[in-house]
Amino acid sequence: MSALSQALTYQTFHFDVVIIGAGGAGLRAALALRQQGHKVAVVSKVFPTRSHTVSAQGGINAALGNAGDDQWQWHLYDTIKGSDYLGDQDAIEVMCQDAPKIVRELEHMGVPFSRQEDGKIYQRAFGGQSQHYGKSQAKRTCAAADRTGHAILHALYQQNLHAGTEIFSEYFALDLLRQNGSDLLICGVLVQNLQTSELSVLWAKHTLLATGGAGQIFRTNSNASINTGDGLGMAQRAGIPLQDMEFWQFHPTGVAGKGMLISEATRGEGGILRNANGEAFMGRYAPKVKELASRDVVTRAIALEVEQGRGCGPAQDHVLLDLTHLPHDVIENRLPGIREISRTFLGIDPLEAPIPIFPTCHYMMGGIPTNLEGQVILPKQPMGANHSEQIAVPGLFAIGECACVSVHGANRLGGNSLLDIVVFGRRAANAIHQALLMAPHELAVTEDTSNISALLQRYQRWLEPANPETELTVFSLKTELQKIMERHCGVFRDQAHMQQAVNQLEHLEHQFAALRLHDQSALFNFERSSALELENLLAVAKATAYSALARQESRGAHSRVDFSERDDQNWLKHTLFYAEKAQLTYKPVNLTPKHHAPFVPEKRVY
Amino acid sequence: MQVLIDRYHPDTSPYTQCYDVDESMLSEGMMLLQLLQHLREQDPSLGFRSSCQEGVCGSDGMNINGKNGLSCITLVRDLGQRIHLRPLPGFAVIKDLIVDLGPFYQHYQAIKPRLAPEPSVAADLGQELLQTPEERAKLDGSYECILCGCCSSSCPSFWWNPDLFPGPAALLAVQRFVVDSRDIQRKERLEALNSATSIFRCRHIQNCTAACPKGLNPSRAIQALKHELLSQ
Repeated sequence: MSALSQALTYQTFHFDVVIIGAGGAGLRAALALRQQGHKVAVVSKVFPTRSHTVSAQGGINAALGNAGDDQWQWHLYDTIKGSDYLGDQDAIEVMCQDAPKIVRELEHMGVPFSRQEDGKIYQRAFGGQSQHYGKSQAKRTCAAADRTGHAILHALYQQNLHAGTEIFSEYFALDLLRQNGSDLLICGVLVQNLQTSELSVLWAKHTLLATGGAGQIFRTNSNASINTGDGLGMAQRAGIPLQDMEFWQFHPTGVAGKGMLISEATRGEGGILRNANGEAFMGRYAPKVKELASRDVVTRAIALEVEQGRGCGPAQDHVLLDLTHLPHDVIENRLPGIREISRTFLGIDPLEAPIPIFPTCHYMMGGIPTNLEGQVILPKQPMGANHSEQIAVPGLFAIGECACVSVHGANRLGGNSLLDIVVFGRRAANAIHQALLMAPHELAVTEDTSNISALLQRYQRWLEPANPETELTVFSLKTELQKIMERHCGVFRDQAHMQQAVNQLEHLEHQFAALRLHDQSALFNFERSSALELENLLAVAKATAYSALARQESRGAHSRVDFSERDDQNWLKHTLFYAEKAQLTYKPVNLTPKHHAPFVPEKRVY
Repeated sequence: MQVLIDRYHPDTSPYTQCYDVDESMLSEGMMLLQLLQHLREQDPSLGFRSSCQEGVCGSDGMNINGKNGLSCITLVRDLGQRIHLRPLPGFAVIKDLIVDLGPFYQHYQAIKPRLAPEPSVAADLGQELLQTPEERAKLDGSYECILCGCCSSSCPSFWWNPDLFPGPAALLAVQRFVVDSRDIQRKERLEALNSATSIFRCRHIQNCTAACPKGLNPSRAIQALKHELLSQ
């Protein structure tokens, strides 16, 4: 019997909340909801501690004031300035205010933060941090050596084990379940067991997307191979727009030619960037704070040094990160993971020789639009006159890197990502808890009134065998996608290149439509999961290219050669990209924090 | 160059597949994981796990030329002309290099790997639980575990009693909490290990320490736990 003639069957489960993704955001939310007694399931395509939060190195920002004066208001200012004024000031305010409590809570959960002599959490300097609204360097990044993400993720997993959270480990989320004909009521998710290929329908009163980033759209990136934007793809297919997708952070210090991350902590602890002449060049780009400028600034500086012929090595294609002047115990105690990466991947001990580095795609500032409670929102009338009125999508939340709340705007500050996931993980959990108290009743949706049959039909194509002659494979298409994005949507952009990206992605999409699988095994079918991931990567890449092409200014990480200045008159607004017709619309940036005077956009100098 | 991989799919008999690799496709500094990814592009049915590709997530533990390790931080050039890859020993094989780590995770869960601070202090989010740098330094060498399974999978005591013996990774996790100055369940944690099939099943042959891709020393941690337990 051929696979095609088999009817697709599935198991059915019911939960109060289904969380997709078991990184820091998903696990923080799961813990809070489980502790409230709700029936929670976490779906993860890898065992939870393999999620990409584990790779976060430098730390998590909070104005604890352990290492010098600090206030959440200064953290607020720094983050808004860092965002190039595209971040929503009310959201950033919430994050910075919550930060000290949220970090102490993590500490109480067992996170092994490094310590100061007085026994308090160790805090280090990071880029873009200041005291007194830009006057002097702050030390705000709470660190567990340079393994802060690992420390946080493991502690959260441990807490969830204790709380009894149900985890669907090695399950792939295929698509969101929707009620037919309704105004986008989301009621769970269709998932697939990666080991057996069995499908399951997880009905849920609330669905929370916490699927992380999608750095795999670029060839050189610091991301895990699992970072494929699955939540964004699912949201798009459910008719939800993506926000600010033109903004991708290229981390200044990736291992040259390879892409894995060398933490900003290296510069926070005193590391210096040098070009081929041995010059510490950052002084020319950020006279005041030099290496500790915001990431977009440092990345452009490095790219320009290389472009202007001052790159190091035989191909003059990188610069050097010099730590050799630092005391050995700083590297051994504060940066042991960096030392390990440098020795493993480059054969270089940073105690003795500088590390060759070059920018690497690191973080997606854009994502699924949400309000301060993590509820997914969209314009009431996308193309209408009053497109600023936003409505919530019933039953759907999003947090962390896959979401855009927006606390990072056009450029994220180092140390704010771990903070974002925990703060909004907790806030979304609180909002869901409240919603469950208000409306504890069962879902009214049934198989017949949902989109399940349409989703199963969509899935059928992966049961059709590929033509053995075809050279088209999921691997070749992914490589092509990554090359297109790197060539045409990288650190510096212009009209002609981005137009090419759009055209080539359209072509790639046609090729993808013809893609079928060579391997029809039901057991850990990697070719199939790669194809499902590629579909999501394509969706993310397309949203990026269209959004970037349209934004005719330079702001934060979106840097255009043909529009080199920021244009607040026309572009101080969030992009929303609708996949179905490749349409763009915009919404205003929030410029009014609740407990602080608004920050008026100023020229951004470091 | 030859890469031999022990292949398994439940529908067929297990066999060792030999891939001839043209050395021109090897790059300087290439890791074993990249080579495996290259092979999988030719043969998508080849099964192995991976994620972070930098040795922190612990997905890609496997037996490499007889020694357990992570493919993503193992240099191809250090492995000679004939590389033999097998699934991690001591676990049921699901497919090719993918094993069932279920028993490994269950042992980890069973040691209650969660900080248990003084409840009244823990409830106060206005305060940090203070810890001197010296107290914190005691966690170094245990909190960094990535749960890859390389240690337990190289341990004969674990092979022999996978249902009873917690294995080096779980015991290292016990040590992580026993030495944490914030934890108040030190005594209970130690007591729970006090049986012939638990910690005393370890004979300190130190395979675990030799296998750990993160350079941790579970054997020493187990030794320290035994001392603590016996001196209680």
